[in-house]
Amino acid sequence: MKPLLTVDDLKVSFPTRTGVIEAVRGVSFTLGRERLGIVGESGSGKSQTGRAIMGLTPAHAQVTAKTLSFEGIDLLSAAPKVRRDLRGKRIAMILQDPKYSLNPVMSIGRQIVETLTRHENVGRREARERALDMLEAVQIRDPGRVYDLYPHEVSGGMGQRAMIAMMLVAGPELLIADEPTSALDVTVQLEVLGILDKLVADRGMGLIFVSHDLRLVSSFCDRVIVMYAGKIVEELAASDLANARHPYTQGLLNCMPAIGSDRHPLPVLDRKPEWAL
Amino acid sequence: MTTATVSAENLVVTYDEFKALDDVSIVVASGESFGLVGESGSGKSTLLRAVAGLAPVTSGSIRVHDRVLTGNRRDKAFYRDVQMVFQDPYGSLHPRQTIDRQLLEPLAIHGVADGERRILKALDEVGLGSGFRFRYPHQLSGGQRQRIAIARALILEPSILLLDEPTSALDASVQAEVLNLLEQVRRDRKLTFIMVSHDLGVVTHMCDRLAVMQNGRVVERLSSADLVAGRIAEEYTRNLMVASKGFQRKGAAA
Repeated sequence: MKPLLTVDDLKVSFPTRTGVIEAVRGVSFTLGRERLGIVGESGSGKSQTGRAIMGLTPAHAQVTAKTLSFEGIDLLSAAPKVRRDLRGKRIAMILQDPKYSLNPVMSIGRQIVETLTRHENVGRREARERALDMLEAVQIRDPGRVYDLYPHEVSGGMGQRAMIAMMLVAGPELLIADEPTSALDVTVQLEVLGILDKLVADRGMGLIFVSHDLRLVSSFCDRVIVMYAGKIVEELAASDLANARHPYTQGLLNCMPAIGSDRHPLPVLDRKPEWAL
Repeated sequence: MTTATVSAENLVVTYDEFKALDDVSIVVASGESFGLVGESGSGKSTLLRAVAGLAPVTSGSIRVHDRVLTGNRRDKAFYRDVQMVFQDPYGSLHPRQTIDRQLLEPLAIHGVADGERRILKALDEVGLGSGFRFRYPHQLSGGQRQRIAIARALILEPSILLLDEPTSALDASVQAEVLNLLEQVRRDRKLTFIMVSHDLGVVTHMCDRLAVMQNGRVVERLSSADLVAGRIAEEYTRNLMVASKGFQRKGAAA
Protein backbone atom coordinates (compact mmCIF):
# COMPACT_ATOMS: atom_id res chain seq x y z
CA MET A 1 0.00 0.00 0.00
CA LYS A 2 1.37 3.38 -0.95
CA PRO A 3 1.38 5.63 2.07
CA LEU A 4 -0.71 8.79 2.10
CA LEU A 5 1.77 10.68 4.17
CA THR A 6 5.46 10.08 4.75
CA VAL A 7 7.29 11.86 7.54
CA ASP A 8 10.97 11.17 7.91
CA ASP A 9 13.16 12.88 10.49
CA LEU A 10 10.88 15.90 11.01
CA LYS A 11 12.40 18.65 13.13
CA VAL A 12 10.74 21.86 14.30
CA SER A 13 12.74 24.41 16.24
CA PHE A 14 12.01 27.88 17.55
CA PRO A 15 14.81 30.41 17.91
CA THR A 16 14.28 32.47 21.07
CA ARG A 17 16.30 35.06 22.94
CA THR A 18 17.58 32.40 25.31
CA GLY A 19 18.55 29.90 22.62
CA VAL A 20 16.95 27.50 20.19
CA ILE A 21 14.05 25.43 21.50
CA GLU A 22 13.72 22.13 19.66
CA ALA A 23 10.04 21.27 19.87
CA VAL A 24 10.16 18.29 17.51
CA ARG A 25 13.45 16.39 17.24
CA GLY A 26 13.43 13.83 14.47
CA VAL A 27 9.98 12.30 14.18
CA SER A 28 9.39 9.65 11.50
CA PHE A 29 6.26 7.74 10.56
CA THR A 30 4.12 6.86 7.57
CA LEU A 31 0.38 6.99 7.40
CA GLY A 32 -2.00 5.13 5.11
CA ARG A 33 -5.75 5.38 5.20
CA GLU A 34 -5.82 4.51 8.86
CA ARG A 35 -6.25 6.11 12.26
CA LEU A 36 -3.01 7.08 13.92
CA GLY A 37 -2.89 8.51 17.43
CA ILE A 38 -0.12 10.78 18.68
CA VAL A 39 0.03 10.97 22.48
CA GLY A 40 2.19 12.94 24.84
CA GLU A 41 1.97 15.57 27.55
CA SER A 42 2.15 19.32 27.03
CA GLY A 43 5.41 20.29 25.43
CA SER A 44 6.10 16.88 23.94
CA GLY A 45 5.84 18.26 20.40
CA LYS A 46 2.69 16.38 19.40
CA SER A 47 0.77 19.46 18.28
CA GLN A 48 3.77 20.94 16.49
CA THR A 49 4.10 17.70 14.52
CA GLY A 50 0.49 18.06 13.37
CA ARG A 51 0.93 21.73 12.59
CA ALA A 52 4.08 21.13 10.56
CA ILE A 53 2.22 18.65 8.35
CA MET A 54 -0.61 21.14 7.92
CA GLY A 55 1.87 23.95 7.24
CA LEU A 56 0.78 26.10 10.16
CA THR A 57 4.11 26.46 11.90
CA PRO A 58 4.85 30.10 12.78
CA ALA A 59 7.05 31.87 10.23
CA HIS A 60 10.01 32.33 12.58
CA ALA A 61 10.26 28.61 13.34
CA GLN A 62 12.46 26.28 11.34
CA VAL A 63 11.01 23.09 9.91
CA THR A 64 13.35 20.53 8.40
CA ALA A 65 12.87 16.91 7.35
CA LYS A 66 14.48 14.32 5.15
CA THR A 67 11.05 13.67 3.70
CA LEU A 68 7.71 15.31 4.37
CA SER A 69 5.47 14.28 1.53
CA PHE A 70 1.76 13.93 1.00
CA GLU A 71 0.67 11.79 -1.97
CA GLY A 72 3.98 12.46 -3.73
CA ILE A 73 3.92 16.21 -3.09
CA ASP A 74 6.99 17.40 -1.22
CA LEU A 75 5.39 19.66 1.39
CA LEU A 76 8.55 21.50 2.41
CA SER A 77 9.52 22.67 -1.06
CA ALA A 78 5.97 23.21 -2.30
CA ALA A 79 5.03 26.75 -3.29
CA PRO A 80 2.70 28.60 -0.91
CA LYS A 81 -0.03 28.42 -3.55
CA VAL A 82 0.23 24.63 -3.68
CA ARG A 83 0.02 24.40 0.08
CA ARG A 84 -2.96 26.74 0.23
CA ASP A 85 -4.74 24.50 -2.25
CA LEU A 86 -3.97 21.44 -0.16
CA ARG A 87 -4.97 23.03 3.11
CA GLY A 88 -8.66 22.63 3.66
CA LYS A 89 -9.18 20.69 0.43
CA ARG A 90 -7.02 17.60 0.86
CA ILE A 91 -5.58 18.04 4.35
CA ALA A 92 -7.87 19.44 7.05
CA MET A 93 -7.38 20.13 10.72
CA ILE A 94 -9.77 20.19 13.66
CA LEU A 95 -8.59 22.36 16.53
CA GLN A 96 -9.16 22.02 20.22
CA ASP A 97 -11.52 24.74 21.29
CA PRO A 98 -14.40 25.89 19.07
CA LYS A 99 -14.64 29.04 21.19
CA TYR A 100 -11.33 30.30 19.86
CA SER A 101 -10.96 28.62 16.50
CA LEU A 102 -14.21 29.63 14.81
CA ASN A 103 -14.53 33.10 13.34
CA PRO A 104 -16.69 34.99 15.85
CA VAL A 105 -18.10 37.52 13.37
CA MET A 106 -19.16 35.08 10.64
CA SER A 107 -22.20 32.82 10.82
CA ILE A 108 -21.49 29.09 10.98
CA GLY A 109 -23.07 28.47 7.59
CA ARG A 110 -20.97 31.13 5.89
CA GLN A 111 -17.79 29.68 7.38
CA ILE A 112 -18.61 26.25 5.95
CA VAL A 113 -19.51 27.74 2.58
CA GLU A 114 -16.26 29.69 2.55
CA THR A 115 -14.25 26.45 2.65
CA LEU A 116 -16.24 25.14 -0.29
CA THR A 117 -16.09 28.21 -2.51
CA ARG A 118 -12.39 28.60 -1.81
CA HIS A 119 -11.60 25.15 -3.19
CA GLU A 120 -14.36 24.28 -5.60
CA ASN A 121 -16.24 26.02 -8.31
CA VAL A 122 -19.71 25.82 -6.84
CA GLY A 123 -22.74 28.05 -7.11
CA ARG A 124 -24.22 29.76 -4.11
CA ARG A 125 -27.25 27.52 -3.91
CA GLU A 126 -25.25 24.31 -4.23
CA ALA A 127 -22.77 25.47 -1.60
CA ARG A 128 -25.61 26.13 0.81
CA GLU A 129 -27.15 22.75 0.10
CA ARG A 130 -23.88 20.96 0.74
CA ALA A 131 -23.22 22.92 3.94
CA LEU A 132 -26.68 21.97 5.21
CA ASP A 133 -26.09 18.32 4.29
CA MET A 134 -22.80 18.42 6.14
CA LEU A 135 -24.41 19.93 9.24
CA GLU A 136 -26.92 17.12 9.12
CA ALA A 137 -24.10 14.57 8.78
CA VAL A 138 -22.62 15.79 12.07
CA GLN A 139 -26.02 15.17 13.66
CA ILE A 140 -27.14 18.73 14.13
CA ARG A 141 -30.89 18.40 14.44
CA ASP A 142 -31.99 21.66 12.87
CA PRO A 143 -29.34 22.53 10.24
CA GLY A 144 -31.36 25.40 8.78
CA ARG A 145 -31.37 27.23 12.10
CA VAL A 146 -27.76 26.50 13.04
CA TYR A 147 -26.60 27.65 9.59
CA ASP A 148 -27.46 31.26 10.48
CA LEU A 149 -26.19 31.20 14.05
CA TYR A 150 -22.92 32.78 15.17
CA PRO A 151 -20.34 30.75 17.12
CA HIS A 152 -21.16 32.48 20.44
CA GLU A 153 -24.78 31.37 20.11
CA VAL A 154 -24.03 27.65 20.18
CA SER A 155 -22.72 25.30 22.87
CA GLY A 156 -19.21 23.83 22.83
CA GLY A 157 -20.36 20.48 21.52
CA MET A 158 -22.37 22.12 18.76
CA GLY A 159 -19.44 24.39 17.86
CA GLN A 160 -17.11 21.42 17.62
CA ARG A 161 -19.57 19.61 15.34
CA ALA A 162 -19.74 22.73 13.18
CA MET A 163 -15.95 22.70 12.98
CA ILE A 164 -15.96 19.03 11.94
CA ALA A 165 -18.54 19.89 9.28
CA MET A 166 -16.38 22.75 8.06
CA MET A 167 -13.31 20.57 7.82
CA LEU A 168 -14.97 17.64 6.09
CA VAL A 169 -17.16 19.52 3.63
CA ALA A 170 -14.48 19.66 0.95
CA GLY A 171 -13.80 15.93 1.32
CA PRO A 172 -10.19 15.86 2.57
CA GLU A 173 -8.06 12.72 2.34
CA LEU A 174 -6.15 13.42 5.53
CA LEU A 175 -7.65 14.82 8.70
CA ILE A 176 -5.55 16.05 11.60
CA ALA A 177 -7.53 16.33 14.82
CA ASP A 178 -5.65 18.23 17.53
CA GLU A 179 -7.32 17.44 20.85
CA PRO A 180 -10.76 17.63 19.21
CA THR A 181 -12.71 16.87 22.37
CA SER A 182 -10.55 18.10 25.26
CA ALA A 183 -12.60 21.28 25.68
CA LEU A 184 -15.90 19.39 25.83
CA ASP A 185 -17.89 17.73 28.60
CA VAL A 186 -17.41 14.00 29.01
CA THR A 187 -20.94 13.20 27.87
CA VAL A 188 -20.63 15.39 24.78
CA GLN A 189 -17.13 14.06 24.06
CA LEU A 190 -18.46 10.61 23.25
CA GLU A 191 -21.08 11.93 20.85
CA VAL A 192 -18.54 14.04 18.97
CA LEU A 193 -16.07 11.17 18.83
CA GLY A 194 -18.78 8.86 17.54
CA ILE A 195 -19.60 11.30 14.75
CA LEU A 196 -15.95 11.74 13.86
CA ASP A 197 -15.36 8.01 13.90
CA LYS A 198 -18.27 7.31 11.56
CA LEU A 199 -17.33 10.03 9.08
CA VAL A 200 -13.69 8.97 8.97
CA ALA A 201 -14.67 5.35 8.39
CA ASP A 202 -17.33 6.13 5.76
CA ARG A 203 -15.07 8.39 3.75
CA GLY A 204 -11.93 6.31 4.08
CA MET A 205 -9.81 9.21 5.29
CA GLY A 206 -6.44 9.03 6.95
CA LEU A 207 -6.65 10.43 10.49
CA ILE A 208 -4.00 11.77 12.83
CA PHE A 209 -5.51 12.10 16.28
CA VAL A 210 -3.41 14.23 18.62
CA SER A 211 -4.27 13.97 22.30
CA HIS A 212 -2.84 13.82 25.79
CA ASP A 213 -5.29 11.07 26.75
CA LEU A 214 -3.66 7.71 26.09
CA ARG A 215 -6.75 5.67 26.87
CA LEU A 216 -8.98 7.72 24.62
CA VAL A 217 -6.52 7.52 21.76
CA SER A 218 -6.07 3.78 22.11
CA SER A 219 -9.81 3.20 22.02
CA PHE A 220 -10.16 5.37 18.93
CA CYS A 221 -7.11 4.63 16.78
CA ASP A 222 -5.48 1.65 15.10
CA ARG A 223 -1.93 2.63 15.92
CA VAL A 224 -0.44 4.88 18.60
CA ILE A 225 2.76 6.91 18.68
CA VAL A 226 3.92 8.07 22.10
CA MET A 227 6.02 11.24 22.16
CA TYR A 228 8.25 12.56 24.89
CA ALA A 229 10.43 15.69 24.68
CA GLY A 230 10.04 15.99 20.91
CA LYS A 231 10.83 12.38 20.05
CA ILE A 232 8.91 9.19 19.52
CA VAL A 233 9.61 6.90 22.46
CA GLU A 234 7.27 4.12 21.46
CA GLU A 235 5.06 3.07 18.59
CA LEU A 236 2.56 0.30 19.04
CA ALA A 237 -0.77 -1.10 17.90
CA ALA A 238 -3.64 0.28 19.96
CA SER A 239 -4.75 -3.21 20.89
CA ASP A 240 -1.28 -3.91 22.20
CA LEU A 241 -1.27 -1.08 24.70
CA ALA A 242 -1.23 -3.35 27.72
CA ASN A 243 2.15 -4.64 26.56
CA ALA A 244 3.75 -1.21 26.32
CA ARG A 245 7.49 -1.48 26.88
CA HIS A 246 8.63 2.05 27.54
CA PRO A 247 8.38 3.15 31.19
CA TYR A 248 6.91 6.48 30.09
CA THR A 249 4.00 4.79 28.30
CA GLN A 250 3.44 2.50 31.24
CA GLY A 251 3.56 5.47 33.60
CA LEU A 252 1.00 7.39 31.53
CA LEU A 253 -1.32 4.39 31.58
CA ASN A 254 -0.97 3.88 35.30
CA CYS A 255 -1.29 7.38 36.66
CA MET A 256 -4.96 7.90 35.78
CA PRO A 257 -7.36 7.42 38.69
CA ALA A 258 -9.84 4.83 37.41
CA ILE A 259 -13.24 4.04 38.81
CA GLY A 260 -13.03 0.98 40.98
CA SER A 261 -9.29 0.80 41.40
CA ASP A 262 -8.34 1.70 44.92
CA ARG A 263 -4.78 2.97 44.76
CA HIS A 264 -3.58 5.45 47.32
CA PRO A 265 -1.35 7.19 46.56
CA LEU A 266 -1.50 7.11 42.77
CA PRO A 267 1.67 5.95 41.03
CA VAL A 268 3.50 8.95 39.59
CA LEU A 269 5.89 9.20 36.70
CA ASP A 270 9.51 8.96 37.65
CA ARG A 271 11.01 10.91 34.78
CA LYS A 272 14.39 9.65 33.75
CA PRO A 273 16.73 12.11 32.03
CA GLU A 274 17.75 9.44 29.50
CA TRP A 275 14.20 9.39 28.06
CA ALA A 276 14.82 12.81 26.61
CA LEU A 277 18.13 11.90 24.95
CA MET B 1 -23.16 10.52 63.03
CA THR B 2 -20.46 13.12 62.89
CA THR B 3 -21.36 16.76 62.99
CA ALA B 4 -22.00 18.63 59.79
CA THR B 5 -19.27 21.13 59.02
CA VAL B 6 -20.71 22.61 55.89
CA SER B 7 -24.34 22.43 54.94
CA ALA B 8 -26.51 24.12 52.39
CA GLU B 9 -30.27 24.05 52.61
CA ASN B 10 -32.66 24.79 49.76
CA LEU B 11 -30.08 27.02 48.19
CA VAL B 12 -31.14 29.10 45.18
CA VAL B 13 -28.75 31.23 43.12
CA THR B 14 -30.11 33.30 40.24
CA TYR B 15 -28.27 35.36 37.68
CA ASP B 16 -30.92 37.69 36.26
CA GLU B 17 -33.59 35.25 35.12
CA PHE B 18 -31.35 32.18 35.07
CA LYS B 19 -31.46 29.81 38.00
CA ALA B 20 -27.91 28.52 38.38
CA LEU B 21 -28.81 26.65 41.55
CA ASP B 22 -32.33 25.47 42.14
CA ASP B 23 -33.19 24.26 45.62
CA VAL B 24 -29.94 22.50 46.41
CA SER B 25 -29.17 20.92 49.76
CA ILE B 26 -25.97 19.17 50.79
CA VAL B 27 -24.48 18.14 54.10
CA VAL B 28 -20.75 17.64 54.50
CA ALA B 29 -19.45 16.09 57.68
CA SER B 30 -16.33 17.18 59.49
CA GLY B 31 -13.18 15.61 58.05
CA GLU B 32 -15.04 14.30 55.05
CA SER B 33 -14.11 14.60 51.41
CA PHE B 34 -17.22 15.42 49.42
CA GLY B 35 -17.42 15.45 45.64
CA LEU B 36 -19.64 17.39 43.25
CA VAL B 37 -19.95 16.02 39.73
CA GLY B 38 -21.84 17.12 36.67
CA GLU B 39 -21.35 18.61 33.24
CA SER B 40 -20.66 22.28 32.54
CA GLY B 41 -23.59 24.45 33.50
CA SER B 42 -24.88 21.97 36.06
CA GLY B 43 -24.17 24.39 38.90
CA LYS B 44 -21.42 22.46 40.65
CA SER B 45 -18.96 25.35 40.65
CA THR B 46 -21.73 27.80 41.55
CA LEU B 47 -22.48 25.80 44.68
CA LEU B 48 -18.85 26.00 45.71
CA ARG B 49 -18.74 29.71 44.97
CA ALA B 50 -21.94 30.26 46.93
CA VAL B 51 -20.32 28.73 50.00
CA ALA B 52 -17.31 31.01 49.54
CA GLY B 53 -19.56 34.05 49.15
CA LEU B 54 -18.77 34.52 45.48
CA ALA B 55 -22.25 33.90 44.08
CA PRO B 56 -25.50 35.87 44.61
CA VAL B 57 -27.59 33.69 46.91
CA THR B 58 -31.30 34.45 46.42
CA SER B 59 -32.74 32.19 49.07
CA GLY B 60 -31.85 29.26 51.27
CA SER B 61 -29.15 29.06 53.88
CA ILE B 62 -25.54 28.01 54.23
CA ARG B 63 -24.04 26.91 57.51
CA VAL B 64 -20.37 26.52 58.19
CA HIS B 65 -19.36 25.26 61.65
CA ASP B 66 -22.82 26.04 63.03
CA ARG B 67 -22.66 29.61 61.87
CA VAL B 68 -25.40 30.68 59.50
CA LEU B 69 -24.03 32.69 56.60
CA THR B 70 -26.29 35.16 54.89
CA GLY B 71 -25.73 37.16 51.71
CA ASN B 72 -22.32 37.37 50.14
CA ARG B 73 -20.49 38.98 53.00
CA ARG B 74 -17.98 36.83 54.81
CA ASP B 75 -15.79 38.03 57.64
CA LYS B 76 -12.07 37.46 58.04
CA ALA B 77 -12.59 34.59 60.44
CA PHE B 78 -14.50 32.77 57.72
CA TYR B 79 -11.71 33.08 55.20
CA ARG B 80 -9.19 31.93 57.75
CA ASP B 81 -11.14 28.78 58.06
CA VAL B 82 -12.32 28.24 54.49
CA GLN B 83 -9.99 28.56 51.52
CA MET B 84 -10.44 27.84 47.85
CA VAL B 85 -8.25 26.45 45.05
CA PHE B 86 -9.32 27.38 41.54
CA GLN B 87 -9.26 25.46 38.30
CA ASP B 88 -6.79 27.33 36.20
CA PRO B 89 -3.37 27.84 37.76
CA TYR B 90 -2.53 30.16 34.86
CA GLY B 91 -5.31 32.55 35.81
CA SER B 92 -5.40 32.39 39.59
CA LEU B 93 -1.88 33.64 40.34
CA HIS B 94 -0.88 37.27 39.88
CA PRO B 95 1.47 37.30 36.89
CA ARG B 96 3.61 40.18 38.14
CA GLN B 97 4.09 39.19 41.74
CA THR B 98 6.67 36.76 43.04
CA ILE B 99 5.57 33.58 44.75
CA ASP B 100 6.81 35.07 48.02
CA ARG B 101 4.56 38.09 47.68
CA GLN B 102 1.51 35.98 46.76
CA LEU B 103 2.00 33.76 49.78
CA LEU B 104 2.58 36.78 52.00
CA GLU B 105 -0.68 38.44 50.96
CA PRO B 106 -3.10 36.25 52.96
CA LEU B 107 -0.78 36.49 55.96
CA ALA B 108 -0.71 40.29 55.73
CA ILE B 109 -4.49 40.51 55.39
CA HIS B 110 -5.01 38.39 58.48
CA GLY B 111 -2.18 39.93 60.46
CA VAL B 112 -0.26 36.72 60.94
CA ALA B 113 3.18 37.42 62.35
CA ASP B 114 5.71 34.71 61.52
CA GLY B 115 5.44 35.04 57.72
CA GLU B 116 8.98 33.90 56.98
CA ARG B 117 8.58 30.58 58.71
CA ARG B 118 5.10 29.95 57.35
CA ILE B 119 6.07 30.62 53.74
CA LEU B 120 9.01 28.25 53.93
CA LYS B 121 6.86 25.64 55.61
CA ALA B 122 4.06 26.01 53.05
CA LEU B 123 6.48 25.68 50.14
CA ASP B 124 8.04 22.67 51.74
CA GLU B 125 4.67 21.09 52.34
CA VAL B 126 3.65 21.26 48.68
CA GLY B 127 6.94 19.73 47.63
CA LEU B 128 8.61 22.86 46.26
CA GLY B 129 11.87 23.97 47.79
CA SER B 130 12.66 27.47 48.98
CA GLY B 131 14.33 27.99 45.61
CA PHE B 132 10.89 28.72 44.17
CA ARG B 133 10.21 31.53 46.60
CA PHE B 134 11.35 34.47 44.52
CA ARG B 135 10.24 33.25 41.13
CA TYR B 136 7.36 34.55 39.07
CA PRO B 137 4.41 32.37 37.95
CA HIS B 138 5.56 32.35 34.31
CA GLN B 139 8.76 30.63 35.40
CA LEU B 140 6.80 27.66 36.75
CA SER B 141 5.05 24.77 35.04
CA GLY B 142 1.29 24.22 35.37
CA GLY B 143 1.70 21.61 38.08
CA GLN B 144 4.08 23.81 40.07
CA ARG B 145 1.65 26.73 39.84
CA GLN B 146 -1.18 24.60 41.13
CA ARG B 147 1.08 23.59 44.03
CA ILE B 148 1.60 27.29 44.78
CA ALA B 149 -2.17 27.85 44.69
CA ILE B 150 -2.56 25.00 47.17
CA ALA B 151 0.22 26.43 49.36
CA ARG B 152 -1.54 29.80 49.34
CA ALA B 153 -4.77 28.17 50.44
CA LEU B 154 -3.05 26.18 53.19
CA ILE B 155 -0.90 28.97 54.58
CA LEU B 156 -3.68 30.25 56.85
CA GLU B 157 -4.20 26.73 58.18
CA PRO B 158 -7.86 26.47 57.24
CA SER B 159 -9.98 23.48 58.19
CA ILE B 160 -12.09 23.46 55.02
CA LEU B 161 -10.74 23.50 51.48
CA LEU B 162 -12.97 24.22 48.48
CA LEU B 163 -11.45 22.71 45.34
CA ASP B 164 -12.85 23.78 41.98
CA GLU B 165 -11.53 21.32 39.35
CA PRO B 166 -8.02 21.52 40.80
CA THR B 167 -6.44 19.21 38.22
CA SER B 168 -8.45 19.54 35.03
CA ALA B 169 -5.97 21.98 33.49
CA LEU B 170 -3.06 19.64 34.14
CA ASP B 171 -1.49 16.72 32.28
CA ALA B 172 -2.47 13.24 33.45
CA SER B 173 0.97 12.55 34.91
CA VAL B 174 0.98 15.87 36.79
CA GLN B 175 -2.61 15.34 37.90
CA ALA B 176 -1.55 12.21 39.78
CA GLU B 177 1.11 14.20 41.66
CA VAL B 178 -1.31 16.98 42.65
CA LEU B 179 -4.02 14.50 43.74
CA ASN B 180 -1.47 12.69 45.89
CA LEU B 181 -0.42 16.00 47.42
CA LEU B 182 -4.04 16.90 48.22
CA GLU B 183 -4.63 13.53 49.87
CA GLN B 184 -1.45 13.93 51.86
CA VAL B 185 -2.39 17.34 53.26
CA ARG B 186 -5.91 16.21 54.01
CA ARG B 187 -4.55 13.33 56.06
CA ASP B 188 -1.93 15.43 57.82
CA ARG B 189 -4.23 18.30 58.73
CA LYS B 190 -7.56 16.49 58.99
CA LEU B 191 -9.11 18.85 56.45
CA THR B 192 -12.62 18.80 55.08
CA PHE B 193 -12.69 18.85 51.28
CA ILE B 194 -15.45 19.86 48.94
CA MET B 195 -14.22 19.01 45.47
CA VAL B 196 -15.78 19.82 42.13
CA SER B 197 -14.83 17.76 39.11
CA HIS B 198 -16.29 16.51 35.87
CA ASP B 199 -14.09 13.41 36.05
CA LEU B 200 -15.76 10.57 37.91
CA GLY B 201 -12.44 8.75 38.16
CA VAL B 202 -10.91 11.66 40.07
CA VAL B 203 -13.93 12.10 42.34
CA THR B 204 -14.24 8.44 43.28
CA HIS B 205 -10.51 8.40 43.95
CA MET B 206 -10.59 11.45 46.21
CA CYS B 207 -14.02 11.52 47.84
CA ASP B 208 -16.07 9.33 50.18
CA ARG B 209 -19.44 10.64 49.09
CA LEU B 210 -20.61 12.64 46.13
CA ALA B 211 -23.56 14.52 44.72
CA VAL B 212 -24.40 14.38 41.03
CA MET B 213 -25.74 17.64 39.65
CA GLN B 214 -27.67 18.50 36.52
CA ASN B 215 -29.31 21.78 35.49
CA GLY B 216 -28.79 23.39 38.88
CA ARG B 217 -30.25 20.52 40.87
CA VAL B 218 -28.80 17.61 42.78
CA VAL B 219 -30.11 14.53 41.00
CA GLU B 220 -28.43 11.90 43.14
CA ARG B 221 -26.38 11.58 46.31
CA LEU B 222 -24.36 8.43 46.75
CA SER B 223 -21.15 7.08 48.19
CA SER B 224 -18.13 6.38 46.03
CA ALA B 225 -18.37 2.71 46.94
CA ASP B 226 -21.94 2.58 45.62
CA LEU B 227 -20.86 4.27 42.42
CA VAL B 228 -18.02 1.83 41.90
CA ALA B 229 -20.30 -1.12 42.59
CA GLY B 230 -22.85 0.25 40.13
CA ARG B 231 -25.59 0.82 42.73
CA ILE B 232 -26.91 3.82 40.85
CA ALA B 233 -30.50 5.02 40.92
CA GLU B 234 -30.52 7.76 38.30
CA GLU B 235 -30.21 7.38 34.56
CA TYR B 236 -28.11 10.55 34.35
CA THR B 237 -25.50 9.20 36.75
CA ARG B 238 -25.35 6.02 34.69
CA ASN B 239 -24.74 8.09 31.55
CA LEU B 240 -21.86 9.89 33.25
CA MET B 241 -20.48 6.53 34.31
CA VAL B 242 -20.62 5.19 30.74
CA ALA B 243 -19.04 8.37 29.41
CA SER B 244 -16.14 8.13 31.84
CA LYS B 245 -15.30 4.63 30.63
CA GLY B 246 -14.10 6.13 27.35
CA PHE B 247 -14.94 5.79 23.71
CA GLN B 248 -16.30 2.52 22.42
CA ARG B 249 -17.03 1.87 18.79
CA LYS B 250 -20.66 0.97 18.22
CA GLY B 251 -21.03 -2.70 17.41
CA ALA B 252 -17.55 -3.48 18.65
CA ALA B 253 -18.71 -3.29 22.25
CA ALA B 254 -19.70 -6.70 23.52
